[in-house]
Parts: sequence; structure tokens; C-alpha cells
Amino acid sequence: MLSNIGTTLVVFTLFISFFIINASFVDLKNTNKLVSKKLYKFSLLQSTFIIVAFFTLITSFVVSDFSVINVFQNSHSTKPLFYKIVGTWGNHEGSLLLWINILVIFSYLFLLYNKNSKKNYRLYTLVIQNLLIIVFLVFLLINSNPFSPIYPVPVEGLGLNPILQDPALAVHPPLLYIGFVGSSIYFSAATASLLTSYKGKFFAASIKSWVLISWCFQTLGIIVGSIWAYYELGWGGFWFWDPVENASLLPWFVITALMHSIILLEKRDTAYHWTIILCLLAFTLSVTGTFLVRSGILNSVHTFANDPSRGLYMLFFLSVMILSSVSIFFKKLTKESYNFSTYSKETLILVNNWFMAFFLFTVLIGTIYPIFSEVLTETKVSVGPPYYNIVIIPLLIPFLLLMAIGPNMSWVKNNYINYKKNILIFILAVFINVAIYIYFGSYSILSSLIIISSLCLILSSLIDAIKTKDKFNIVNFSRITSHLGFGLMIFFIGINHNFSIEKDFNLKVGEERNFKDFKINFSSLDIKENKNYKAIVGKFLITEKKSNNKNILEPEIRIYNKPETLTYEASIRTKFSSDTYLTMSNISRSDYYNIKFQKKPFMLWIWISAILISMGGFIRLIKIKKINEI
Amino acid sequence: MKFSFSKVFTYLFIFFIISVFFIGLKKSNIYDTKNLINQKINDFKLPALNQDSVITDFNLTKNNYTLINFWASWCLPCRDEHIYLMTLKKEYDLKILGINFKDEKKNAVKFLKKLGNPYYLTLVDDTGKSSVNFGIYGIPESILIDKELKIIKKFIGPINQTNILEIANIIK
Amino acid sequence: MKKTILSIFCFFIFVDILFANEQQIKEIEIYKNLRCLVCQGQSIADSNSDFAQTIKLVVKDQISNGKKKKEIYDFLVEKYGEWIVYEPRINKNNFFLWFLPYLVLVLGGFIIAIIIKKKGT
Repeated sequence: MLSNIGTTLVVFTLFISFFIINASFVDLKNTNKLVSKKLYKFSLLQSTFIIVAFFTLITSFVVSDFSVINVFQNSHSTKPLFYKIVGTWGNHEGSLLLWINILVIFSYLFLLYNKNSKKNYRLYTLVIQNLLIIVFLVFLLINSNPFSPIYPVPVEGLGLNPILQDPALAVHPPLLYIGFVGSSIYFSAATASLLTSYKGKFFAASIKSWVLISWCFQTLGIIVGSIWAYYELGWGGFWFWDPVENASLLPWFVITALMHSIILLEKRDTAYHWTIILCLLAFTLSVTGTFLVRSGILNSVHTFANDPSRGLYMLFFLSVMILSSVSIFFKKLTKESYNFSTYSKETLILVNNWFMAFFLFTVLIGTIYPIFSEVLTETKVSVGPPYYNIVIIPLLIPFLLLMAIGPNMSWVKNNYINYKKNILIFILAVFINVAIYIYFGSYSILSSLIIISSLCLILSSLIDAIKTKDKFNIVNFSRITSHLGFGLMIFFIGINHNFSIEKDFNLKVGEERNFKDFKINFSSLDIKENKNYKAIVGKFLITEKKSNNKNILEPEIRIYNKPETLTYEASIRTKFSSDTYLTMSNISRSDYYNIKFQKKPFMLWIWISAILISMGGFIRLIKIKKINEI
Repeated sequence: MKFSFSKVFTYLFIFFIISVFFIGLKKSNIYDTKNLINQKINDFKLPALNQDSVITDFNLTKNNYTLINFWASWCLPCRDEHIYLMTLKKEYDLKILGINFKDEKKNAVKFLKKLGNPYYLTLVDDTGKSSVNFGIYGIPESILIDKELKIIKKFIGPINQTNILEIANIIK
Repeated sequence: MKKTILSIFCFFIFVDILFANEQQIKEIEIYKNLRCLVCQGQSIADSNSDFAQTIKLVVKDQISNGKKKKEIYDFLVEKYGEWIVYEPRINKNNFFLWFLPYLVLVLGGFIIAIIIKKKGT
């Protein structure tokens, strides 16, 4: 029953999408300057259908209706209610439905909130967005329908992967999707802008909030993903340059660059074509990322069940998307003049875009290179963290320094850069770095340069923050917040990387291991029974020799019954000064357990700084909301 | 339609990337070391299971072909492939060197007693470290080498009937 | 003016470098750079599989025998192929991988330089 309702609702949504496209073309011929009320009604109806479809899926999970294939494959009646609900989007088909929901909702909202823009531009945006919606709906119906019925109805489901049974599953996918699926709307808007020649600051103003919204949510989504990986995956890291992680980072670089170039377009009416390219690129990369991750073409830690037929379909519509947007772009390309002087804000915004392009290409090349290597030379190569670190980190140094001086440049021309202030900041940063050496210990030259440049950014942002007290400007404040957050994040990551302690050793129950500054005692092993898993809990006593501080950590090995999986849960004690991290894993055919102990300074501050970056964006949104309400 | 170099280049570039993705989709994803052949076995020195002697790679040069088989008593697929190893010994007179991997002596002996001993020599690698010199990453795994100790073929996983025919063809 | 700034810059960097030190080989660094071949996307450092345990022992032995990082990686690549190391080797095959990002950087800089040169009135 539910499966029929679901599929019917999806099909209705598909039909309405066709209606909308048709009605839009009809309305285009209408000389009335206002968009026909019919279109608002259709879009609202379309959103209603797809949202109800989504809730239908959630309901099927909640009541454990195993006649719906998606519920059978990903749920189980003994699963806690929270995970029954949230597990709806913890799989390919369910998340695809969520993806389509956002496409549809954003389509309606963009229509609703852009009443000040030119009519034909809005209509073309609606048409193109609905073409995207149709493509995804067809994909869902033909290849990945969560509502497909199974007969005979199974008695029980296969269960949800225990790694996904974490509160973060509730937020991470939705946040990310608002981010990179949200970029679809300015993909459509950019194409519409080309087709209707709706350029300059009007175009910039119409997409600005949407770029901001997708940026804020994308940033937050990536951060939540890292936090989740840190707490859940048990290796103590938060970024592995895994293809799925990179897939979320690629659109982020583009959207960040876009956020900056939109300022250029709005304030100086320049870099229009580059802005269009970025708009088209953001969603294109989102879809490319999805293709890379869900088709099985790349190996990844994050598995969706891989299916090559999925891959073919996605590659096909990705190709169509790229080729059509590129051909429209080339057709409508006109000459544009640039008028930048060397020391000006315009140039520094371009420089930001330049660096973003570099980071983007590095991550893109690193991610897809293994495919090229295997196809062209039959060799399988791994491109992992060392590659990205070696290529990207050195370039962070000039990037951070430019971020420190850039925002204070004036538009058009700067007759003098505030040399005094910047040099003083630099000297102070070096001193702080030397102080860290003396007090905590020294590290490599590269790390020092990173720390110094991030300190320059931090100090410069703090000085700017203090200056705003006299003349509070929310735009500046939001920028300062994000830039400060970025500087702090790099600073804390640098410190964390250089001062972390990691030990990997094997221990039996009752044994103790001595290190220079601390000792670890494996005091006991217990078994705990839970609702859907059994846990082997190890109790470890960690004593710091100098201060005689004692900490008890209890990592677990969990044996889940449906599906039968083994997971390793880290025991983490979080303090503002550092995290103490312990994982225990069994060694086959032995009484020994493999213990990984880590002491990681300032982890909490890394998260706080990262969230601060996204907060800057949210603050900026408040200003836009206030303007709209006037 | 303006004919511009950058436009043509862009379209060709896009076409190239999409083609590579298309071909990439068809390729298998599971990595194995089957293609790492034609190297020579390094010097190795391992103790024998039943005697108090130590065997080195030199001893293997006496054979025309040797099949080096990594196994353990606790490994279930090793049991499955055992019949095929016995066949190789009896019907093809192939010299099979067994290397007992991360196992206990008494369990290994019991295993061979129960299922038969296809090995002309059985060596012991109790820490597993020597297996790395052979490029082994799981058991059962077997390597076919020639008189010059060059690797001719690698068998990842248990030996099956098809593998027997392949080996038979090589050692003719 | 620019020369003064440059020299102040260099002086402070020099002072800083005086105090810096590079770190010795930590075995964990090597474990992190090796892929566990029987696992789904885990490094030797993160995995508790049999294969990971064995490799850890071998790497520890080689470090105590005084082998350098590059020698250890070369050894493992010879036995298991390039797939086992996370840092792609610098060879003919991987030329584009290492070269292209910098090409993009240089091209981008070039384009910006051209744009700035076209200074209007």
C-alpha cells in the first residue's frame, strides 16, 4: 500500500514538472510582466507531492513495512525508532529522494522570492530547474526507486549498518544536500541568465542569498561529517581525502570562489562570465561527485551499495548537463572588459578565486587520477593524504597571508598598503611562534610557516574586529568571523598535528605498558548486552607521570546481530586542552588486543573554529533576511 | 558557428574525460597482485616443520618448477584446496613447497596427517614476516616458480580445477 | 621601501628556522601511508587485520635495521605494487598527477597578470 502511494506521488511530481515547463513556455509569450499565478500553484503542488512522498517513505520505515524494498534492505524491526526515521536517507535510494525534494523545494522558493527579477529570466530558471528535476525523477523511477514492492513480503529486514547508527546521520546528509543540491538553483539561474541576457548586479543580487545558503550548509555539512568520522570511525583522524569526502569538498571550493566573485559582479559589474562558469561548475561538480561515489568507479571507505547500471545513467546525464551548459555558454559568450589595478580589492578577490581554482584542481586531479591511471596504463595507483598534503599545504602559506591583508584593501586602487600594520602583525606572529617553540617544543620549517601565516590572519582579523566597535557593519563582521575562523582552524590543526602523541601496541588483560610521560594499564575486560548489539568493553587506566592525573577510558568492540557486523568504538575524553583517545581491537588467534592510544591537543578548538567559519555565513544571511523584510 | 581553438579544445577535453569514465566503469575494482610476476624470489631462510634444518632458496633451484603454497590449519579455504594440491603432487609430480603461516606446530602436523601431505618440504613462518618477501597478503596463496626462481604465476585464493590445468600447461 | 620589507621578512624567518627541528622516523607515520590490501579503504595504522599486523612487524624490523622511509616503501611497492602506498610515486606514469596542479597555478597567475596589465584609464 505504502509502496503504491509513494510511487504514485513520485509519478505525479514528474507529471507536474512537465506541466510547469509547458506552462512556463506559454507564459513567456504572455506580455504581462507578472509571472502567471498558475505557475506558483503548480510549483507549490509539486513541492507538496514530493514532500508527502518523502514522508511516506519515512512512515514505511517507522512501521517497518518490509513490502517496500528500501525498508527491507536498510531497516529492521528492532532498530531504535530514531534510527528508523533517520535511516530513511542513510542509503542510496532514500537519499536520492531527499535530493529531489531539495531540487523541488528550491525551485518553488526561488520563484517565490525573486519577484523583483525580470520575468523571462525567472521562467527560464524554472524551466531548467524542472528539467533537472525530471532527469532525477526518471532516474529514481527507472533505477533507484525506494518504493519498489517486494513480493512475497519478507518477515524481517536486513538492518542498518551500525556505523550509520549515530545521531550525526540525522544532520550530516540533509546539511550537505542543502549545500550541494542547493547549488542546482543557481546552475539553472546562470543558464537562464545567459539565455535572457539578465546580467550584472541584478543577476548577482538574485542569486546571492542562494549562494550563501548553499555555502553555509555545505560548510556545516562537511564539518559535521568530519566530527562524525572522528568520534565514530575510531582512527582519531577527521579527514582522510577519501573520494566521498573530496566529492563534498569540490563543490565547496567553487561555491566559496563564487561567493567572492559575486561581490565583484554586484559592486563593480565585472567578472560576469567567470561568475557564470562558477555557477555552472558548482552543481556540475556536485553531480560528478555523486557519480564518482555511487557508481563504484572508485574505492572508498564510505560505501553505498555499488551498482554499475547506476553509474551509466549518471554518467549519461552528467554528460548531457555538461555539454548543454557549455554550448549555451559558448553561444552567448560576449566580450567583457576588465579594469583592475594591481593593488585593489578586485584583484585580491580574483586572487582568492585563483587559489580556490588551484585547490579545486588538486583535489579533483587527485580523486580521479586513479581512474585514468587504470584505464590508460593498467596500473592501479593510490592517491592518498600524502599527495594532498604535499601539494596543498605549502600554498596555504601565501593564501593565509593574502587573506590577512586583502579585505582591508579598498576598491579600485590603493595608494598605499598599510605596510606598518602588516609588518607589525608579522613580527608578532613570529614571536608567538618562537614562544610556542620554547614553551611546548619545536617543529618543522613548513609547520612554522603555516603557524606564522595563520597567526597573521588571526591577528589581522582580531584587529579588524576591534575596529568595528566604532562603526558596526554586519557585512564586515560576517567576513571577519569567517576569516578568523579559518585562520584559527589552520592554526589549531597545525598545533594538533605537531604535538599529538600516538602509540600503537599490543596488550593482554592485566598488563601495563610504560612510556616516557605516562603509563597505560589494561585493567579489565567485560561483556555488556544491549538492545541490538553485544559489547566487549575494555577498561584502561591512564596515568600521567608528572602530574599523576588518572583517566579511565573504556573502548568497546561491538558485535551487532542484524546485520552481523563488528565495530570498534573509541573511548574519547574531551577537554578544552586536549582529547585523549583510545581504541581497542582484537587480534585473531591471540589473547592480545591491539591498542591505539592518542593524545590530541586542541581538538575541540578545531571544531569550534570550523563552525565559526560557517557562522560568518549565517550572520551574513541575517542581514539579507532583514533587508527582505523591510 | 565560430571555429575557435579554445572551444574545440574544451569539447575534446570533455569528451576525453567522459570516455575515460565510461571505460573506467567497466573495469573490475578489486585489487590483486596477479600481475606482479617475472620477479625473482629473494634470498630466504626458513626452518622446516619436521626436522631441525633450515632451508634456503638455493634448495629450490634443484627443481624444474616449484609451487610454493602458503597455508595454515586455521584457514578454512585451505582445506578446500587441499585435494587439488594432492592431485598436483600425485598426477603431475609437481614439487610443492608448503609454508605454514602463523600457525602452531602441533595443529599443522595434525592437519597434514588428517588431510594428507602434498608437500615435498614443509617450512614454518610463525610470525608471517617471511610471507611479505614473497608478496603474500592473504592465505591461501600460491606462487609457481621456475628453475631460476622466477615467478611465473600467482594464485590468489584457493587453487581450483582450472588452476590445475593452467599449471599442467606450464610445466609440460 | 620594498627592499626593507623583504629583508625584515627574511631576518625573522631566519631567526625562526634557527629554532626549528625536523622529526625522526616514527613507525606510525609509515603505517599511515600504507594501505591495508585486504580492507575497504583503511591504512595499516587503522586496521587490525592479519595482513596489517604482519606488515607492522616487518616495518618495525626494517626501521631497527636502519632502513630509511623511502627504502621501506620501495621494498613494499616491489612486493605489492604501487597500490599499497598512499603517496603516489614520482615516475613517468604519475607525471601528470604531480605536474598538473602546478600548471593550473601558473596558468591562473598568468591570466591574472594579463588582466591586471590591461589597466583601463
